[in-house]
Amino acid sequence: MLKQTGVPSTDDLKRVSPSEVRLALGPVAIIECFQKIPCNPCATSCPQGAIKPFVDINDLPDFDPALCNGCAICVANCPGLAIFVVDERYSEDTALIKLPYEFAPLPEVGTMVGVLNRGGQQIGVGKIVRVQNPPRFDRTAVVHVEVPKCLAREVRFLALGANKR
Amino acid sequence: MRINEHPILKFERGKRIKFSYNGQELEGYENETIAAALHAAGIKELSKSAVLHRPRGFFCAIGTCSSCLMVVDGVPNVRVCVEPLVEGMVVETQQGRGELGGAV
Amino acid sequence: MERFNICIIGGGPAGLRAAIAAGSAGAEVLLIDENDRLGGQLIKQTHMFFGSEKQDAGTRGIDIAQQLVNKVQSMTNVKVYLRCAALGLYDDKVLTVLHEKKYRKIRAEKFIVATGASERMLAFPGNDLPGVYGAGAVQTLMNVYGIVPGQRVLMIGAGNIGLIVSYQLLQAGVEVVAILEGSPHIGGYLVHASKVRRAGVPILTSHTIMQAIGTNAVQAAEICALDSHWARLPGSEKTLEVDTICLAVGLSPLSDLLWQAQCRLTYIAELGGHVAWRDANLCTSEPHIYIAGDVAGVEEASSAMVEGELAGLAAAKSLGLARVDVDTAMSQAREQLIALRAGPVGEKIRTGLALAQMRGDEQHA
Repeated sequence: MLKQTGVPSTDDLKRVSPSEVRLALGPVAIIECFQKIPCNPCATSCPQGAIKPFVDINDLPDFDPALCNGCAICVANCPGLAIFVVDERYSEDTALIKLPYEFAPLPEVGTMVGVLNRGGQQIGVGKIVRVQNPPRFDRTAVVHVEVPKCLAREVRFLALGANKR
Repeated sequence: MRINEHPILKFERGKRIKFSYNGQELEGYENETIAAALHAAGIKELSKSAVLHRPRGFFCAIGTCSSCLMVVDGVPNVRVCVEPLVEGMVVETQQGRGELGGAV
Repeated sequence: MERFNICIIGGGPAGLRAAIAAGSAGAEVLLIDENDRLGGQLIKQTHMFFGSEKQDAGTRGIDIAQQLVNKVQSMTNVKVYLRCAALGLYDDKVLTVLHEKKYRKIRAEKFIVATGASERMLAFPGNDLPGVYGAGAVQTLMNVYGIVPGQRVLMIGAGNIGLIVSYQLLQAGVEVVAILEGSPHIGGYLVHASKVRRAGVPILTSHTIMQAIGTNAVQAAEICALDSHWARLPGSEKTLEVDTICLAVGLSPLSDLLWQAQCRLTYIAELGGHVAWRDANLCTSEPHIYIAGDVAGVEEASSAMVEGELAGLAAAKSLGLARVDVDTAMSQAREQLIALRAGPVGEKIRTGLALAQMRGDEQHA
């Protein structure tokens, strides 16, 4: 399915998902990278050592969720924009998603935006909580969006133009 | 249409300059190609093909495909996708192959 | 006639890295490019590059271009001629050029041909209408000049270029109506596919364009689905209202100069077309001509840069100019290339290169 549509299957996602126990503990990266391509900035950028150094540059990321603190530095550094941080402990009813965002204008904190799933369909609305865009992220902003907890594992993008002035 | 807001790039455009296109006065920027300036003005048709007189636009934008030939300052077969725009240039739609006149 | 140790033709990623490598080995280098700026296609690549830190992974192509250009410009033994098109490369090691509209001759002991590749066309009725562009042209218009090609785009081809340019169109505020791919699988990196997909762009595999519709410019496109034999599925035809059709159906090496110089060329589909035979150091059948980058086989810019470095070092070494660590530097470059091509996505290139590399007994010393 991924190779036909660009949307990973449930099985694909199962392979990269941290355990339920880890997800319940708070912010953690989900590395939605399913194809061996020559690429390693996730590992070289991880300050926690949670993404192990690559032996072969074509390896898939070797990720230890136990070491991850959800800092999202990898989110801004992944050239494939394939990493997300999910915090399912954010509040009683909501989760926080940190996603890479390279569109202008950046959404404004406090605004409500349409949130999209991996297939680009709007599945709800979320609230922009924070937008990180420091120089070291090199124009890949990390947007923190608060979404209903039930959508935490589906929301991966924001509706473009939802925030257009 | 020109891009004014971009997440990655900042466009530093040169001086605004005037040129003529089939007798009509248009504006573009210094340091852009003739094709870019025409496109920004909404003009996609650059010439008519030699045999069937079909409209032609640019295709490759790197000067290799010969789809964008126009008459510039009287000289035919100018690859406008790589030719820089100059103030006061006279740009005209090319009909067919174009002939070399005195202004070579 | 001006004389140089090494003349490099093409100032894209491969040529720039070749110039830096040859220059730092102490060679007197001339780098020529027909455009009015260096950088080749790198100057339109707004995305972060893959690879490892050795290939500047995580850095955007536009910024890699700037770093390479700055480095070249800081080297006093590397001269650059812009608006300088190569015309012919001859046995007596003379290159004729059109520089600033003047015909000139340049003599060098070694040449590195890094002329890149050109966009392929696709045959369909209406493909000559204004509004049908190569993907590289769309990138130039958007990312160099800041002009959008249209408002509603149909992308043909889901290789890396089709996927990346679709994403760049979205970033420029343009709607991408669909990405069509004739084959049953997405050819580009799946991470690129996923990022345009989640932005709402449908990727239609086993689909192709039947015709472009319009009088003076593209107004619509008729598309259809393909069966497993690449034949049109009757009844699947659909018309999409678009003002731009962008072709990202592959690249062909720009090997004209190598033909003319009588290098041994061979058709290798995996490398994109006719490419020169070369030894492990990218020297062709003509001992004074090296190749690097897409002209040696169409692949990623990361590999093109490493090839440029290898060719630059090898050419300098062959002239006895090399710095002391040249052998180490060359073997490191070769190892980087092997690593970049080692994975499943490198299979095609590995197959192609195996056909293009000379056997041991044909190698030059």
